[in-house]
Amino acid sequence: MEGVIATAGMHGGDVRSDCWVQVEEATGQPQLHLTSRVEALYGQSIRTLLRETLAALGAADLSVTLDDSGALPYTITARIEAAVYRLRPQTGSTVLPEMNSITQYPTNRQRLRRSRLYLPGNTPKFFINAGLHRPDGVILDLEDSVPATEKDTARLLVRNALRAVNFYDAEKMVRVNALPVGLDDIRLLAPHGVHVFLLPKVESSDEVVAVDRLLTQLGVDSFLIPILESAKGVLHAWPIATASHRVVALAIGLEDYTADLGTPRTVEGRESLWARSQVINAARAAGVQPLTSVFSNIDDQAALLAWTKGERSLGFEGAGCLHPRQIALIHQAFAPTLDEIEKAKHIVDAFNAALTGGQGVVRVEGMMVDAPVVARARQLLQTVHES
Amino acid sequence: MSELIENAAGRFVPTQIHAREFIPYQGVGKFIPQGRKYAPPIRSCAHYPADGNKVAPSLVEALHRAGLADGMTISSHHHFRDGDRLMAQVFAAATELGVRDLIWQPTATFPCHAPFTTYLENGLIHHIEGSLNGPLGRFASKGKMRGVSVLRSHGGRYRALQDGDAHVDIAVIAAPAADAFGNASGVIGPSACGPLGFALADAQYADHVIVATDHLIPFPCYPWHIQGNYVDQVVVLDQIGDPARIVSGTTQVTRSPDHLLIAEYAARFVREAGIMRPEFSFQAGAGGISLAFTVFLRDMMAEAGVKARFIRGGSTRYLVEMLERGLTDYILDGQSFDLEGVRSLRDNPAHLDTSPFTSYNYHGKGNFAGLVDCVVLGATEVDVDFNANVVTHSDGVIQHGIGGWQDTLFAGCTILTVPTFRDRVPIIRERVTTLCGPGELIDVVVTERGIAINPRRVDLIDALRNTRLPLRSLAELKAEAEAICGGAPDTPPTTERVISVVTWVDGTVLDAIRQVSL
Repeated sequence: MEGVIATAGMHGGDVRSDCWVQVEEATGQPQLHLTSRVEALYGQSIRTLLRETLAALGAADLSVTLDDSGALPYTITARIEAAVYRLRPQTGSTVLPEMNSITQYPTNRQRLRRSRLYLPGNTPKFFINAGLHRPDGVILDLEDSVPATEKDTARLLVRNALRAVNFYDAEKMVRVNALPVGLDDIRLLAPHGVHVFLLPKVESSDEVVAVDRLLTQLGVDSFLIPILESAKGVLHAWPIATASHRVVALAIGLEDYTADLGTPRTVEGRESLWARSQVINAARAAGVQPLTSVFSNIDDQAALLAWTKGERSLGFEGAGCLHPRQIALIHQAFAPTLDEIEKAKHIVDAFNAALTGGQGVVRVEGMMVDAPVVARARQLLQTVHES
Repeated sequence: MSELIENAAGRFVPTQIHAREFIPYQGVGKFIPQGRKYAPPIRSCAHYPADGNKVAPSLVEALHRAGLADGMTISSHHHFRDGDRLMAQVFAAATELGVRDLIWQPTATFPCHAPFTTYLENGLIHHIEGSLNGPLGRFASKGKMRGVSVLRSHGGRYRALQDGDAHVDIAVIAAPAADAFGNASGVIGPSACGPLGFALADAQYADHVIVATDHLIPFPCYPWHIQGNYVDQVVVLDQIGDPARIVSGTTQVTRSPDHLLIAEYAARFVREAGIMRPEFSFQAGAGGISLAFTVFLRDMMAEAGVKARFIRGGSTRYLVEMLERGLTDYILDGQSFDLEGVRSLRDNPAHLDTSPFTSYNYHGKGNFAGLVDCVVLGATEVDVDFNANVVTHSDGVIQHGIGGWQDTLFAGCTILTVPTFRDRVPIIRERVTTLCGPGELIDVVVTERGIAINPRRVDLIDALRNTRLPLRSLAELKAEAEAICGGAPDTPPTTERVISVVTWVDGTVLDAIRQVSL
């Protein structure tokens, strides 16, 4: 319902890198009020941005109060747009930050997905330096870390972040909400350079098919990672993994899964051993990567390392991260063994030899080697070189 | 105030403040004063009690006997940090005596001193000299304080008292424990805080020295961090400090992933530059990044089997643990930040008490700062020529004291650990808002987006030739931060009125700070 006043964003003592916007129908001349922690440095620039954004949204007739806690420009415009949209849902206008060329880089099916760092989608302060910690992927999360009342504002913030923030070569992932809301999330975000959509609480292949269709309709080639986090979802791992060529990995969500089983999640994880094995088996059968859950105790580094090594030995290729300090340890746990390094060298050498020899087919130890396998071997050697 | 003159760093500074002459900064090591040092008045044993009992009946009486009068300078010291409960009693006593226009010369101020703005407003205190932090800094920056505040480093302060640049009429020294003769110890009693070195210069050079304690013990009070032979009177009060705010129970390493990344880069730099070698030395404070640096370096030292000869404190439980694990021969401690630091200073003969005289005094026959292989410091701004600011923020408001920051720049390798921007405040600037440290003394700037080595340090650039650490120029880091923040920031508007000056360690004037207009 349309009102005469609407707000968006956050302010107050602990808030950093965000702002709070209130828009209201003006009685008389519209007023603009700005308070900013960076008034001395960017006050004028923020005022200009505010006026330009309102004009572009066709909302220059509104009175606006902006309380800024050091938000970056893409956050300020996302918050203004959200507030205006809440006041006038029919407005239809958007304001996109310029697509920053540095944020545009490709991904590929086979790339390493050892670590994927969760970033709450409505908390901009976590975005800006996330890529510096070198996760294989960053997840801009619209689901569990965003309260139900903020889904609309988070969506706009994530959209702007996808265009403006440099994640330093991390694969850009977005965890949307469970369907059907997730389809709206995808519709809004798909045009803005999402490498992978993570689909939470998937229970049937129909959901994956629906998303696949929508993405095809929108003309984008994003990959998908279904997250299985219920008894039913795990049971359907195989049809889900094979529902679309866009699926590059299957992930398991153990907090929700154990809740669904009605048993607490333990560190040793006996209660989920079958589910994890099932997900690994289905993923391998479908030729996609099996990815495990997150390790919740962010203060216990030793336990994280031991747990991740255990997950690797089961067959997983990657884990979720709740804190950037988990990334290096997870990479260490998933580091290739000497045998794997030898084999990768072997593949790359054989491929190079075949190229120079003009052979069409490459065999290593009797196995056919195709381009993705070579790419993956090269990638493995690259990570060994980098660490 | 006189007209402003351009100094060797291109900053316009006054040459006369409160009728005293000041010399504009001439460059590092350029100003060589002549003449003799200042000496305090001669005192005679005949004027002190033969039995050594110097206890005065009250603080008011002690200040009265000390001859407290309008316009006098009272000094105090920050070894109680935010737990200081003495100075409020001193100024209450001064109010009772009806004096006005005092000059307060603290070694540092803390949030607990914020209420003293009342005294600046009602005329009891004319102005604060030496160090301004937080609320008092903001008060001064807004032009609400009379006079001009001359800011000095810890070493600069020792030098100023020793050279007669600064004069203290009455020094009030907070003593966790004392005897009636005035011997004072920092490691005994409910307010035990560690070393008392910040008070040494005042003990030696003030006209009158009062030791205040809430823990009087029979002679001798030992270890006597301040010797009673310097002390005129002893005052016993119910409480002079809040132990919980003097030292933390345990200092904690930051959990900020960005700060940890910077700290890790800095530690790796120290290892790869070859600074981390047997018998080396370093100094890092108790601030978030510095403490984390120490923890990363500790693990690298343990892994490589490298033992330091000494580590300069502020001591923390992390340094104490390194001493006890045999990762260093000594801790040289200027102040203790947690209870473990206090305990170790008291009990471990390899945990040594130091002062601004031994560590930082610039007009001494050398000091320890130059003997340290590397120091890790913070800053509020760094410019593309490696000049740094530690006093004001980019909005021009005074936020921090200089502390020992300037003095430690003489270490073998000076490393600043700073983010390229905080929220939306770029830290790498074209020109620092306030010049506190000349770029020629700053060797490395470590940020979350890369490490810049001062081009003067060809040796370091050579040592890091094959590194995987992200080496960048400050210009690149500045450009990246500004691209993220939405362009270069505006220059904050100021008035013409100078409210404070930053002095260099030799006493010359490095920069002037103006009243802000916002």
